[in-house]
Amino acid sequence: MTNLFIPRDSAAVAVGAEEIAATAARRRGVTVIRTGSRGLHWLEPLIEVETPAGRVAYGPVGADDITAVLDAAIAGGAPHRLRIGKPEDHPFLKRQTRLTFSRCGIIDPLSWSDYVAHGGGKGLTRARAIGADATIAEITASGLRGRGGAGFPAGIKWKTTRDAKGDNKYIVCNADEGDSGTFADRMLMEGDPFALIEGMAIAALAVGATKGFIYIRSEYPLAIAVMREALGIARARNLLDGCDIEIRVGAGSYVCGEETALLESLEGKRGQVRAKPPLPAHAGLFGRPTVVNNVLTLATAPVILADGGAAYAKHGAAKSRGTMPIQLAGNLKHGGLFEAPFGLTLGELVTDIGGGTASGRPVRAVQVGGPLGAYFPPALFDTPFDYEAFAAKDGLIGHGGIVVFDDTVDMARQARFAMEFCAIESCGKCTPCRIGSVRGKETIDRIIAGENVAANIALVEDLCATMKAGSLCALGGFVPYPVLSAIRHFREDFEP
Amino acid sequence: MSAPIAWTPARAAEIILSLKHLDGACLPILRAIQAEFGHVPPEAVAMVADALNLSRAEVHGTFSFYHDLRAEPAGRTVVKLCRAEACQAMGGDALAERAMRKIGVDWHGTTADGRVTLEPAFCLGLCSTAPAAMVGERVVGRLDETTLGRLLDAAP
Ligand SMILES: Cc1cc2nc3c(=O)[nH]c(=O)nc-3n(C[C@H](O)[C@H](O)[C@H](O)COP(=O)(O)O)c2cc1C
Ligand code: FES
Repeated sequence: MTNLFIPRDSAAVAVGAEEIAATAARRRGVTVIRTGSRGLHWLEPLIEVETPAGRVAYGPVGADDITAVLDAAIAGGAPHRLRIGKPEDHPFLKRQTRLTFSRCGIIDPLSWSDYVAHGGGKGLTRARAIGADATIAEITASGLRGRGGAGFPAGIKWKTTRDAKGDNKYIVCNADEGDSGTFADRMLMEGDPFALIEGMAIAALAVGATKGFIYIRSEYPLAIAVMREALGIARARNLLDGCDIEIRVGAGSYVCGEETALLESLEGKRGQVRAKPPLPAHAGLFGRPTVVNNVLTLATAPVILADGGAAYAKHGAAKSRGTMPIQLAGNLKHGGLFEAPFGLTLGELVTDIGGGTASGRPVRAVQVGGPLGAYFPPALFDTPFDYEAFAAKDGLIGHGGIVVFDDTVDMARQARFAMEFCAIESCGKCTPCRIGSVRGKETIDRIIAGENVAANIALVEDLCATMKAGSLCALGGFVPYPVLSAIRHFREDFEP
Repeated sequence: MSAPIAWTPARAAEIILSLKHLDGACLPILRAIQAEFGHVPPEAVAMVADALNLSRAEVHGTFSFYHDLRAEPAGRTVVKLCRAEACQAMGGDALAERAMRKIGVDWHGTTADGRVTLEPAFCLGLCSTAPAAMVGERVVGRLDETTLGRLLDAAP
């Protein structure tokens, strides 16, 4: 019997993994095990075969290569043009520190015994043993900050929710992952769903919640399916400790990733942002104390509990502790998921690890942190990847997405797109965001057309100041980041 | 995803009944109705309002907020092409323009023969295998003009 591992991650499926799995399943003596993705996305579809010496990988397996690669793999990991060798020896994986993604791509995501054999379940067991207060103390000691974008300390959020009074409390997992250039939440849900469930169970125990929701965007049908199945297994095994978890699916709205809009959406309403205070921790879902955390924040809780907050906090730089699952995307030779301690420079990530552009042309601009993140020129490549270092350069790391553009990019068009996107996705509640984004787009159109360029650039800068100061949430409030950084670092693209 | 079935109030009532116990049931019900019938007709909005003791304006407010929900049926295959930054960096804009020219529709448009509706998506989480699209519920990455053209031609 030969065991073949073929990812069922969306990124692998999108480039042909299903055809390989179907062909492999017809081979005699072969067991196909569907896994998540290792995160070496330029090598997808990447398949692995179990040999006495460990797993051997091949990729990217194109439609024309399937037969020959399967032959080589089944022959005990024999040579082939696409043979990569042991995946864990690949430099892209070797340089990583995988804590949140330790199992992703290795295990069968829906096998509870695989999960446990690879360290799953220990965090919740320990949380049960030490109790709620000590659990929160571990999270606080780890220095874990919210991975959804705002970087708020998770321990403080949990403590606030624990201390809040309420007849019931909720854990809400934000799996709306709308930022362009990001896919780590999706990969984790597709590749290691029990980690998220365990993390939610730990959070529920810590704050005294009786119900959890996972709000997944509708663009992720596979993640929804895997999470549903995993929850069914968890429920059947009584792993949820009296805190049932329900999956809710979004309906194509970016702003619903903002935590208060998400709560409105969960209540069945328009996804409109709420004014704060009250904080969700005090009055969140249906007015009850609620923890809203990103997928990665919650899925990191188990490893923190298992190994201790201090062990997690040993990694990282300055006030950014632990590791960040960084997502390398866009025009890059080596796109994929790279989990590493905070502190690598942007240049290391783009050039050394990402391998430069896929097109082979020079890198011109890098957008970090999604559609509301700043564009960085190569001149700022020495910026270390951590929350404060990016803020000091008028940028943000957000959910950890890095999107690379080559020198064919037109930065005035990118600035225009940022405004257009904000106009499309604005929830409409506040004027600076709703009207400002439309005016911003129109004004940039005039700049592109060469009308009163200097005066119109000044107008856009003014408008950005208003949006930054006056918007209710970070949609309107942060769209100045991509716009102003484009003007500041790439002014030549705005001038006739 | 199976093909939508023709609208019947009786089937809609069954869907509403099966989900109305949920907390914040309005959006899950609207989604389920759209999944079944391919759209949410005004009659459905009224039925949901009655069942949940909400005003029609409230349910319509929810309905009209979300990009996914539509009042009219779409073409037989909905193609969502990613318009967001990582796909732009890999030539997504030019690809979208060629696709639109090929099938003769703009964003949100449906081909004259009712085969394809073209919708923009803002990131599909396939940013490392860009440009990306969803054809029905099938995800596709590393698109170029040839592969996208083939997918559009193959749509039933
Ligand atoms: C417009 C907008 C969109 C957002 N989208 C997401 C998202 O998709 N996923 C996410 O986890 N956080 C998103 N956030 C951040 C959330 O508001 C919130 O900070 C986060 O869910 C808290 O979880 P964390 O502390 O674990 O990061 C968004 C914020 C804004 C302003
Ligand atoms: S930007 Fe297109 S898939 Fe993410």
